[in-house]
Amino acid sequence: MKGNPKLKSSFHKILLALLLTPLTAIAEWGLNMTQGVTPISREIYSMHMVSLWVVTVIGIVVFSIMFWSIFHHRKSKGVKAAQFSHSTTVEIIWTIIPLAIIIALAIPATKLLIKMDDTSEAKITVKATGIQWKWKYDYLDEGLTIYSVLDNNSAEVSQRNSGIDPMQSENYLRDVDEAIVLPINTKIRILTTAADVIHAWWVPDLGWKRDAIPGFINDNWAIIEKVGVYRGQCAEICGSGHGYMPIVVKAVTMDDYTEWVSEKKIEQEAKNNTKDMVLTKAELMTKGEGVYKAQCIACHQATGEGIKGVFPAIAGSSVAIEADNRLRHVQQIIYGKGLMPAFGEQLSDVDIASVVTFTRNSWGNNTGDVIQAKEVSEARTKPNVITAGDSKKEKIAKGNIDELTKAR
Amino acid sequence: MSTLAHDDHHDHKPTGLKRWFFSTNHKDIGTLYLIFALTMFFVGGSMAMIIRAELFQPGLQFVDPQFYNSMVTVHALIMIFGAVMPAGVGLANWMIPLMIGAPDMALPRMNNMSFWILPFAFALLISTLFMEGGGPAGGWTMYPPLVLQTGNAFPFLIFAIHFLGVSSIMGAINIIATVFNMRAPGMTLMKMPLFVWTWVITSFLLIAALPVLAGGVTMLLTDKYFGTSFFDAAGGGDPVLFQHIFWFFGHPEVYILALPAFGIVSQVIPAFARKPLFGYASMVYATASIAILSFFVWAHHMFTVGLPIKGELFFMYATMLIAVPTGVKVFNWVATMWKGAMTFETPMLFSIAFVILFTIGGFSGLMLGITPVDFQYHDTYFVVAHFHYVLLTGAVFALMSAVYYWLPKWTGYMYDERLGKIHFWLSLISSNVLFFPQHFLGLAGMPRRIPDYNIQFADFNAISSIGGFAYGLTQLLFVYIVLKCALGGKKAKPRVWEGAKGLEWYVPSPAPFHTFETPPKLTKEMLEH
Repeated sequence: MKGNPKLKSSFHKILLALLLTPLTAIAEWGLNMTQGVTPISREIYSMHMVSLWVVTVIGIVVFSIMFWSIFHHRKSKGVKAAQFSHSTTVEIIWTIIPLAIIIALAIPATKLLIKMDDTSEAKITVKATGIQWKWKYDYLDEGLTIYSVLDNNSAEVSQRNSGIDPMQSENYLRDVDEAIVLPINTKIRILTTAADVIHAWWVPDLGWKRDAIPGFINDNWAIIEKVGVYRGQCAEICGSGHGYMPIVVKAVTMDDYTEWVSEKKIEQEAKNNTKDMVLTKAELMTKGEGVYKAQCIACHQATGEGIKGVFPAIAGSSVAIEADNRLRHVQQIIYGKGLMPAFGEQLSDVDIASVVTFTRNSWGNNTGDVIQAKEVSEARTKPNVITAGDSKKEKIAKGNIDELTKAR
Repeated sequence: MSTLAHDDHHDHKPTGLKRWFFSTNHKDIGTLYLIFALTMFFVGGSMAMIIRAELFQPGLQFVDPQFYNSMVTVHALIMIFGAVMPAGVGLANWMIPLMIGAPDMALPRMNNMSFWILPFAFALLISTLFMEGGGPAGGWTMYPPLVLQTGNAFPFLIFAIHFLGVSSIMGAINIIATVFNMRAPGMTLMKMPLFVWTWVITSFLLIAALPVLAGGVTMLLTDKYFGTSFFDAAGGGDPVLFQHIFWFFGHPEVYILALPAFGIVSQVIPAFARKPLFGYASMVYATASIAILSFFVWAHHMFTVGLPIKGELFFMYATMLIAVPTGVKVFNWVATMWKGAMTFETPMLFSIAFVILFTIGGFSGLMLGITPVDFQYHDTYFVVAHFHYVLLTGAVFALMSAVYYWLPKWTGYMYDERLGKIHFWLSLISSNVLFFPQHFLGLAGMPRRIPDYNIQFADFNAISSIGGFAYGLTQLLFVYIVLKCALGGKKAKPRVWEGAKGLEWYVPSPAPFHTFETPPKLTKEMLEH
């Protein structure tokens, strides 16, 4: 670039702009790993900082030597190249020094890892199950189950070209309809598993993430030391809704936790007993729209059109139009079908009734049908028409059993 | 200066379609590989542009999440198998026979086949994007059960991978056969240029690793269509087994991409420092140790799957150990520059940038290797930044360096040095604007492979995208420079660079269609490196 002052000055301008950006950035934006709110997360943070400083210092030393050489050992300065090509002493030294640094880093890392591995003496155990695309939490000691789905606001804003500016909502894609509540200063064991594909449960403030794998149960633990709301999200690609399954942990005092558990139990009791509820069509439609946005929109889209070749459309679908298919429609939500997960456990009778009513009366599906909770409750006891007879899987399974018995 | 080959006009070469489709000439096949790699670099790059456009702002503006995921997936597959690997093989084809004094590759017809498989394999892969249900969208790592949810694209993906594997294995066999059988008398193994050494070692990695991948994806295929349950827990299988198989291939694959880059830089730096490569023997041993170690570290990609603690400790130690031979290489390059008489033409600039930026990628790699801290870093943008530092500002910068270094030998003309330098500086700045902020994003908690994000990540994503667009545009300049150089310019001398060592500089520029038809008589001078 020698002898081109114009180019040089514009280059300097760019360089200056680049240098200034990080300075303002440090003030405004999160640049570093969180220290978190558990003893382990703090240890992880300091190990991160130590290794960051170690590599920074190595970098500064090595690159300084290199740049010194670049500035001084250049042909334009009339230097004549030396012709040495090896030195055993130097080579031994620069093999041993990195080795020593690595050992120094590995020792504390080993200790921390052993500490993290010990999940014994946990007071509370919560099982987190990843499902496309929500989290299910089982409080194993309390017999309590909650489902945690992306909040309606984020779901609406995140639709393609929704026209709503995400910058307006601080917790965009980081909020759920129902947070997981955990007590502070208590050793909590968090088990992770999955129902369909692999997910990963991650709240940075707790210091770790762990894969949630179908057929496996991983265990982890945390002692949260501060009351607060801690946010994270699924960290393993799990399909089109991967970016839309946040995790929200609400850490409260032990007293508040106990109170929350008992309230939740009463609430769920009521929720599980909705089979006698009778709503007007307008009420069902409003409620159904809410359920649809929370549970269905990720695949079937706001338009009910789905995504061609991946997620079937509900608009114009025979299941959602034909009168003969009312039972099939309800049962498909209860039991799931193919990629579609089963919602029977998660949704109450009235939830299912309202979402079926909503989908049978939207996007041109003008059936005029009104489904009440009672119909759903009855559908739960009727034989499953989704897998009945025509299910290839059932046939294969049955065939195998027959063959096995024959072989015996 | 003496040249070892006769002039171009004595050559009898086929012309037209016949020359390119039926070619068994290592130089023509090398050219085909390089052109193909550059094309794929732009195809994969345009997918990266779609990704960066969608991530420019929070909210979903351009594509659906499903398509976004398929962009992420296919971008990776194309860049790894379509751009970086074929570019490396192209260089190997062109240069290895010239560097060891061989008339051609040992198995010329297989050479032709291993190239011509590639366009068909990528046609299969890219065609899936136009199918109902879209392309593969489970990430290039193809983890089951997610990948088993792929629609019609699934068998195309699997067969494309099989083809790519076959092509690479044939290429590797060819390189090994050439190097072990066709060296000119006097070119002993420890006299070979380092680029040849790194490619021999890479070839062994390819032969050992790719069949494992082929086995793994075949098991996916039977799981989906033939009722097996290798990876289905409900059928007694194990989804994590696939990850072990995949990364047993995947980690050596990382070095398949990186080792030829080490070789290139080890050619370029001594040439422009006008000084012999420091620690030649230790470079060879370090490359071999990296290659061997690469088979014992695969589970560091899987620290969060819930390995037993003894496994996690083993893989942490083994991973950290790789820093030692890699460090040796970096120190050797710096020592080669030390007390040299350096000039800074474009190849040297790219090689120096490689040393610095690859080392930065190595630093974040060391940090990622510390298991407890990896529990935070894993699957975040910190990882994305890490592997783009080693693969883009690492491997791709080295490949750029190689193209500028040998382009005059291939075309017979000098490239435009001023434009080359502009290309370098723009690439250097834009790639750092593109990838450095991604470290911060990852540390702040942004997972990878998401189409949309919380507003706390908005600023760095915007910066990163601007860097991305700038980097993408800059590469058009590279195409212009290469085309301009191919069409004419200042005539190149046989020894293009004053300080360049090695046999390739003893043949005329452009290198004639046939070289070393009779084994050259090597002098001491020709064997220096």
